[in-house]
Amino acid sequence: MSISATFGKAKAEGRSVLVGCMPAGFPTVDDSIASMVAMAEAGCDVIEVELPYSDPVMDGPVIQKASDIALANGVRTRDTLRIIEAVAGAGATVVLMTYWNPIERYGVDAFARDLAAAGATGMITPDLIPDEAGEWIAAADRYGIDRTFLVSPSSTDDRLAMTVANCRGFVYATALMGVTGARTSVSSQAPELVARVRAVDPEMPVGVGLGVGTGAQAAEVAAFADGVIVGSALIRCVLEAPDLATGHQRLRALSAELAEGVRSGAPS
Amino acid sequence: MTAEALPDLAGHFGRYGGRFVPEALVRALDELDAAYREAKNDPVFQDRFHGLLRDYAGTPSLLYRAERLSEALGAEILLKREDLNHTGAHKVRNVLGQALLAKRMGKPRVIAETGAGQHGVASATAAALLDLECVVYMGETDTERQALNVARMRMLGATVVPVTNGSRTLKDALNEALRDWVASVDTTHYLLGTAAGPHPFPEIVRDFVGGIGTEAREQCLTQLGRLPDAIAACVGGGSNAIGIFHAFVPDQQVRLYGFEAGGDGVETGRHAASITGGSAGVLHGARTYVLQDEDGQTVESHSISAGLDYPGVGPEHAWLHDTGRAAYEPVTDDEAMAAFQLLCRTEGIIPAIESAHALAGAARIAPRLAAELGRTPTIVVNLSGRGDKDVHTAGAYFGILDQVETIVPGENS
Ligand SMILES: Cc1ncc(COP(=O)(O)O)c(C=O)c1O
Repeated sequence: MSISATFGKAKAEGRSVLVGCMPAGFPTVDDSIASMVAMAEAGCDVIEVELPYSDPVMDGPVIQKASDIALANGVRTRDTLRIIEAVAGAGATVVLMTYWNPIERYGVDAFARDLAAAGATGMITPDLIPDEAGEWIAAADRYGIDRTFLVSPSSTDDRLAMTVANCRGFVYATALMGVTGARTSVSSQAPELVARVRAVDPEMPVGVGLGVGTGAQAAEVAAFADGVIVGSALIRCVLEAPDLATGHQRLRALSAELAEGVRSGAPS
Repeated sequence: MTAEALPDLAGHFGRYGGRFVPEALVRALDELDAAYREAKNDPVFQDRFHGLLRDYAGTPSLLYRAERLSEALGAEILLKREDLNHTGAHKVRNVLGQALLAKRMGKPRVIAETGAGQHGVASATAAALLDLECVVYMGETDTERQALNVARMRMLGATVVPVTNGSRTLKDALNEALRDWVASVDTTHYLLGTAAGPHPFPEIVRDFVGGIGTEAREQCLTQLGRLPDAIAACVGGGSNAIGIFHAFVPDQQVRLYGFEAGGDGVETGRHAASITGGSAGVLHGARTYVLQDEDGQTVESHSISAGLDYPGVGPEHAWLHDTGRAAYEPVTDDEAMAAFQLLCRTEGIIPAIESAHALAGAARIAPRLAAELGRTPTIVVNLSGRGDKDVHTAGAYFGILDQVETIVPGENS
C-alpha cells in the first residue's frame, strides 16, 4: 500500500498510523526480515527500514548499537534492498530511512530505481535537507518514491513551509530537540510542531517521532498526530533479549501494545 | 567565481561543502552565519579578537629562516612558527574567534570534539579565559593515548566526555558533539576544531586562522622582498593548511602543497589521506573527500599523528584539489618521523608530528622545485604546532623511552 493510502485508511478508521523502525541486517539479514515481518503482523502499519550507517548523528545509543552490530555482521546496501523486497513482499508498507552518503555512493538515480523496484514506497532522509536535495527530489519523482524530510521545533516558519512543500507522503516531525531514544515523557513541543505543519498544509500527514516507547505514549501522540513513529523501544526488544525467539516475542507484544495505543488516542 | 569569493551563500565551494545536517541544526547554523557576518564587520569584535591574538596568543607568529634545515634540504626554508603560540598550535586562533562569537551570541556553553586533545585544550583555554562552560568529547581510545591532555583540559575547568561508540576516535567524538548540539543548540555553541563540517564552519574557521597566511605573506615581503615559491602545510581537517593558503591563493606563482597523513602508505589502506586516498562523499555535514568503502560507510583512518587521524577533510581543500590550485600528497608515518628528527637535530625545535608531515613534504618537493626553477626554491612551511604533546609517541617510535617507562608513579620520590 502507498504511504498516502496507508494514512488515508487509518484516517477512515479514526486512528493514527503506527510506524515501526528496525535497522536492516540487525542482527543479521534474515533475523531483521523476521523482526520486521513480526512487527507488521503484530500491528505496525508501516515498517521503517533503517539503512545502517557508520556515523548516524541523529541517532541515540540504541540505534547506534544495533546499526554497529548489523555493519559488523557485514550488511551491505544491496542487502538492505533485499530486506525491503522481502518485507514488502510479505505485504507490509515499507519506507527506508537513510543517511545520505550511502545513497550518493550507490548513485542517486540508480538507488531510487532499485528502491522502487524492491517495493519501498518512501524514503526518509535525516541528514538531507531540501536545500541540498535537488538530485534526490528529481530521482524520487522519476521512480515514484515519496520523500520525507524532517521538521524540528527549531525550524523557522519559512523553513517549515519550504520543507513541507518538498515532502510527499508524510512529514517527519521530530518531537523534541535531540536524538532518537525512548523517553519517559512525550515532548510538549510536539503538538505545537504538528499544528504548525497543519497550518502550512492541512492535507499533509504528519508523523511524530523521537521518544515514544509505550502504548500510553503512542495514544498520547496519536491524539494529535497522523502517525506515531517508534524506533529505539522496538529495537531494544531484540537488543536486550537473551535470544532471538524471546526478542521476537517482545517485539510482537510491544507492537501490539503500540497498535492499541494508536487506536485509543482520539485523533484530531 | 573567484577563489577568494567562495564559498557561495549556501556554503558551497563548487560541488563541495554545503549543509548535510539534521533540520534541527539549520536554525543554529543560520544564526551562527548571521552572527559571524555581523561580527566580521564590527570593529569592536575585530579589535577584541586581534587584541587577544596579539596579547594573549602571542601572534603574529615569527617567520623564521631555518638555516641548518635549509642547508640539509637544499631549499630556503622559512618556518611559520605557530608552535610558539599560546597552547602550542595554530588552533588557538580559531578557538579565540569562536569563543568570542559564542559570547556575542549569548551562549554560555561551548562543546568541542578533539582527537589528540589539542583542540580540546585550546577550547578549554578559551572557555576559561572567557568564562564559558566547556564540554569536550574525546574518543575513549584517544583519552587513553593522550592522558596528559585530558588532565590539562580538566585543570582548565572543562568536562571531558570519553566517547565509547564506533571506533572511539575523533570521528566518533565529532558525532557525539553533533548529537549534544542537536539537543542543546539554544544554550550551546559548537566550537568545531577544523575548517570542516557544515556551512558556515569551513568559512568561519578559515577566516579565524587566516592570519597565518596574511602574516606570512607580509613577512615574506618584508623579510625577503618577494613572495615564496611554495607553501607547505599538513592537512588533517585542513585548518592550518587553509589558514596559510588562503592569503596566497590569488598569487598564482606561489605553489600550494597540502600533505596528508599517509600512515603506513596509501597503498596499504592504513592511512588518513582523504584526498589522495579517498573519494568524494558526504561526512559530518559537508560534501568533501572522505575515506569510505564501496557502500559509503566511513573507513577508519590511521596515522601516527592523532591530529591528522581523521577520515574527512574540509570542503575548500576538496575544491582547491579539483581545480588544481593546490596539490595534495600523502606523507607516511616514517617520512614524517624522519623529518621530525631532522628538525630536532638541525634547529633545536621539536615539532608536532602533524607539522612534521609538512616538513617531510617540503623535503620532498625541494629538489623538484629546484629542478623546475633552476635555482634554490624558497618554501614556507607551516609549523602548525609544537611537539610537547608527542614526546611519548615520538619517544616510543625512536625507541628512546626505556628508562622513562620503568618509572612507576609514586616510586620516584
Ligand atoms: C599542531 C597541529 N597541526 C595540525 C593539526 C591538524 O588539524 P588541521 O588540519 O585542522 O590543521 C592538528 C590537530 O590537532 C594539530 O594539533
